[in-house]
Amino acid sequence: MARAAVPGRLTWRVARLAETRRETDTARTLVFDVPGWPGHLAGQHVDVRLTAADGYTAQRSYSLSAPDRVELTVQRIADGEVSPYLTDVLGIGDPVELRGPVGGWFVWRPDAGRDVLLIAGGSGVAPLMAMVRARRLAGSGARFRLVYSTRTPGDVFYADELRRPEPGLDVAHVYTRVAPEGWPRPPGRLTAADLGDGPPDRDCFVCGPTGFVESAADLLLARGHDPRRIRTERFG
Amino acid sequence: MGIVSPGFHGRRRESAVQLPPGQYLTEDFPVLSAGPTPRIPEEEWELTVATETGGQYRWTWRELLDLPFETPRVDIHCVTKWSKLGTDWQGVSLDVLLEDVETAADFALVSSYGGYTTNLPLEDLLDGQAWIVYRYDGEELAPEHGGPVRLLVPHLYFWKSAKWLRGIDLLTENEPGFWETAGYHDYGDPWREQRYQGD
Ligand SMILES: Cc1cc2nc3c(=O)[nH]c(=O)nc-3n(C[C@H](O)[C@H](O)[C@H](O)COP(=O)(O)OP(=O)(O)OC[C@H]3O[C@@H](n4cnc5c(N)ncnc54)[C@H](O)[C@@H]3O)c2cc1C
Repeated sequence: MARAAVPGRLTWRVARLAETRRETDTARTLVFDVPGWPGHLAGQHVDVRLTAADGYTAQRSYSLSAPDRVELTVQRIADGEVSPYLTDVLGIGDPVELRGPVGGWFVWRPDAGRDVLLIAGGSGVAPLMAMVRARRLAGSGARFRLVYSTRTPGDVFYADELRRPEPGLDVAHVYTRVAPEGWPRPPGRLTAADLGDGPPDRDCFVCGPTGFVESAADLLLARGHDPRRIRTERFG
Repeated sequence: MGIVSPGFHGRRRESAVQLPPGQYLTEDFPVLSAGPTPRIPEEEWELTVATETGGQYRWTWRELLDLPFETPRVDIHCVTKWSKLGTDWQGVSLDVLLEDVETAADFALVSSYGGYTTNLPLEDLLDGQAWIVYRYDGEELAPEHGGPVRLLVPHLYFWKSAKWLRGIDLLTENEPGFWETAGYHDYGDPWREQRYQGD
């Protein structure tokens, strides 16, 4: 494994919610103003800290879903402690504390030059979307394929943006429970065929729930991908 | 105290046990790693300990199983904030493994099949604080949890408990490992919340 970048000391910063966008019935993208933000690489995440009036605090990690702004896309977990607050309660102008960017391994750099295979399960698309957007922002010629697995079409984040044709970017949706009418692929879990037939000499980024990441990484290995070129991030 | 987020009350899942700061309890066993899971057949597995003077010690899978084992029941704490209590393991204490190893080193750099590394002070591996384990919860250790053999150092964040253990280099000078080079804390004491550099 190659060595990753060394970030400096991480301090907590006050972030204020500037804008929100609805992604699905249960997910929102939150855009924050963070004075002094040092910038970040596509694929890094932040730690968010919430503090209650009596001093009780809770912290969770969220991937940065855009390369040029502090944007997080949060999937509401019905019985969760932090995600329902972020998606449903936090209002424009309200503060949370953030620190980051964290993580120097699961990152895509526009100067990498190689073709890329992105494999997302559910909200695991967030850091991969930052990579798709960073590619566009940098005018990179690297070819990208995004394989994006969700239960149903209604669970797709960034649906409009991903529907727009973009040269060099190929998006394949995998639906595990319900597919749109006439969809060529019957609903079901990710298989080797979903990964496309590009050569295995690509940088692979896999992100999602643990079981999904585990099986996607195994599929990649079985297809001959170099384990050193497969980077994974698990949301637990 | 941090700045207050209006309307946040928290869930405050009360538990009888005290957890390290910032941690929450989990019942399942999350998996975290930087790449795909290496699968190492037991017959091919071996452990090497190399000392600062070039001494080499080796154990095969069979030799490892022949060493006296312990069955530690310990709490584990992951830097991604989950803690899991009362986990049951079986393996060999590093005190047993390093008994006949001649060294004056103060540091250990642990390495894994797959290329992962992590560093610890050698004293944190001794005196009943660390094991190399090959069974979890009565079963063979599954590959995604580091099987066939992983390190177990429960008093530090779990990234120090390297999965797919392959070697231990004993060093006179500290050499940061994979996550430590990427900005994570050099030591990683959960009770002092040493997550990242500078904590
Ligand atoms: C590097 C990284 C990046 C991430 N990026 C994103 C992202 O971009 N978007 C995103 O939406 N998420 C992301 N996550 C996941 C995120 O950090 C949170 O885990 C998620 O939002 C759920 O938090 P929560 O507080 O809402 O739920 P929690 O309160 O943590 O609950 C989660 C689940 O655990 C169960 N649970 C919690 N405590 C207990 C207990 N004591 N006993 C039994 N069950 C319990 C709950 O019932 C619930 O089902 C990321 C995670 C990591 C590690």
